[in-house]
Amino acid sequence: MPSNTGVAKIKFEVKLGPATREAFGRALAELGRENKDIVVCDADLSKSTMTTYFAKEFPERFFSCGIAESNMVGIAAGLALAGKIPFVSSFSAFVMTKGFEQLRVCAAYPKVNVKVVGTHSGISIGEDGPSQMSVEDTALACALPGFVVISPADEVSTKALIRLTAAHVGPVFVRTGRPKAPVIYDAAQKFEIGKAIQVVPGTDVTIVTNGLLLGQAILAAQTLESEGIAARVLDMHTVKPIDRDAIARAARETGAIVVAEEHLVDMGLGVRVAQVVAETRPCPMEFVGIRDTYAESGEGDELLAKYGLTAAEIAAAARKAVARKG
Amino acid sequence: MPKSVAELQAIAKRTRRAIIEMIGTAKSGHPGGSLSAVEILVELYFDHLRIDPANPKWADRDRFILSKGHAAPVLYTVMAEAGFPDTPASQLNTLRKLGSVYQGHPDTRFIGSLEASTGSLGEGLSLALGLGLAARLEGRSSRTFVLLGDGEIQEGQIWEAAMFGAFHKLDNVVAIVDYNGIQLDGFVKDIMEVAPLADKWRAFGWKTLEIDGHSFPAIREALEEAAATKGQPTCIVAHTVKGKGVSFMENNPKFHGTAPSPAEMERALQEIG
Repeated sequence: MPSNTGVAKIKFEVKLGPATREAFGRALAELGRENKDIVVCDADLSKSTMTTYFAKEFPERFFSCGIAESNMVGIAAGLALAGKIPFVSSFSAFVMTKGFEQLRVCAAYPKVNVKVVGTHSGISIGEDGPSQMSVEDTALACALPGFVVISPADEVSTKALIRLTAAHVGPVFVRTGRPKAPVIYDAAQKFEIGKAIQVVPGTDVTIVTNGLLLGQAILAAQTLESEGIAARVLDMHTVKPIDRDAIARAARETGAIVVAEEHLVDMGLGVRVAQVVAETRPCPMEFVGIRDTYAESGEGDELLAKYGLTAAEIAAAARKAVARKG
Repeated sequence: MPKSVAELQAIAKRTRRAIIEMIGTAKSGHPGGSLSAVEILVELYFDHLRIDPANPKWADRDRFILSKGHAAPVLYTVMAEAGFPDTPASQLNTLRKLGSVYQGHPDTRFIGSLEASTGSLGEGLSLALGLGLAARLEGRSSRTFVLLGDGEIQEGQIWEAAMFGAFHKLDNVVAIVDYNGIQLDGFVKDIMEVAPLADKWRAFGWKTLEIDGHSFPAIREALEEAAATKGQPTCIVAHTVKGKGVSFMENNPKFHGTAPSPAEMERALQEIG
C-alpha cells in the first residue's frame, strides 16, 4: 500500500517518478535480455515511445517500419504467426487508429499474439495538441474481442504489467503516458492481469480509476477523509477483462461509485464499470472524464485542470454520489 | 518430385471444376478471381512449395498467404487435393455454410493448416514480410509467398509493405500479383488504374518479373528466378484472365463476385470438361 503522508491538494506535491512510457521502455529492454523471441516494431517514434533502449541493445530484433502504422501492425502479426513475441509501439493516437483495421483482422480475429503499447495517451501530453492526443484508445481496444486492455499508473505497475503482457498468450493493448507519473506502489507489489488493486481502503464510496488519474484519486480520497467520507480507491489497471468481483464488492460495501479516467467518458472505463454495476448491484455512480470534446495545446497540468481531470473534480463527484445514496 | 506440365494441367482442370461446383452450390462467392489464379496455386502447391501436408506446422516449411482472400475456393481446393488433414475434399461443397470449415474467406480458426486469416484487402503482404523477417532472424531457409489481387494493390498498406520489404532486403518473400484486370465494380483501369504495374514494383525496389500467369513453365521459371535472387524481394506480375477456363466468365466483371446459376454451372462444367 502506498504511504499517504505528505498529502497535498494538488498533484505537484505528490512525489513524481518516471513516465509510464519510460518504464515501458526499460521493461522492454529487460525482457529482451531474458527472451530472444521478444521483437519490437516502431514507426519512427522510438525516441518518444522509449523503445530506443531495446533498439540500442538488440538492433537485430528491432524493426524500423517508418511512418506506416498499418504495415507495422501487419508485420508484427506475421512475426507472431512465426512464433515471435512482437511489441509494436507508437503514440496511441496513431497505432490504435491507423492500425485498427489490422489489429482487428490480423490480431484480434485470428487471436494472434501481438502486443501493442500506445504511448502519449490522454490529454496530458500537453503542447502537441489534439492530433497527437489519444482519448478513444481504450474504447477501440475494448472493441477488439479477445484483447486484454491495460492502463498502468506508475513505474512499478508498468514494469510488472509489461512483463505479464509478454507472458500472456494473445493480443494485448497497454496504454501509457508521456508525463512523469506519481509514485504509487512499492517495488514488491504483486500484479495480476484482470485483478484490481485496492490502493486506499474505504466504506462510503469507491473511486475506480487507472493510469495517470490514480494519483489524483488518492489525493481526492485524502480530501474526502478530512470531511469524514471514507473513499475506497481501486486501481483498475486492467480494463479488459475487468475485475467484476472487485466492482460488485465495491457496490455492495460502499454503495456509491465514481469512475475517473483520462479518456472520453462516453465509452471508456466508466461504461465498463457501469455495466458490471448494472448487472450486479446497482448503486449511484458518477463519472469523471473528457466530455465529448477534443482538448487543445497547453501544459499537461493546465489541460487536466481545464478538462476536469483533477483530484478536486473526483472529490466533488464522490460527494455527489454519496449524497445520492439517500 | 517435380510434376510434369501434363500432370499439373490435369490438377488445374479438377481444380476449376471444384471451384465452379463449390461456388455454384454455395450460391455465392467469387468465381472469377479463383479461376484466374488456378495455375499459380497449382504450380506453387504441387511443384514449388517446400511443404509436408501431413505435417502442416513443420517449422521449416514454406508459407503461402492468400492476401486476396475472396479467392478462397481455389486455395481450399488445392489444399484438399494436396491432402492437408483439415481440408477434406469431401466437404468442399459445404463452402460458406454454417459450421463448414470452408468459410467465406480463409479463417485459421477453422483450418489450422492455413497460414493466416485473410479477407480484408491489403494486409497479406505485411504478414508475409513479418514471416520472412522471423525466418531470417532464426536462420531458417523457409520462404514465404503471397498472392495479391490487382485491385487489392490500390490499398495504401501494400505500398507501405512494399517499401518495408525492399528496405529490409527480404529476399525470402515473393509477391505474386494476379493481374486479371477486373475488380468488383468493373475493369481496374476504370476504377483506379494500377498501371504501369511492373514499373511501380521496380521503383519500390523489388526484383520484378512479368509472365503469363496461366503458363506452368513460365510460372516455374519465375519462381526459380525469385529463389535465386538475393538482397531484394521478388514481385511476379502474372498476367491472367479473370474467369479463365469458362467462356462466359472470362473477362466478365459480373463474375467477380456472382455465383453461377444451376444452368450456368452445368455449362461451365461441360466447358471445363
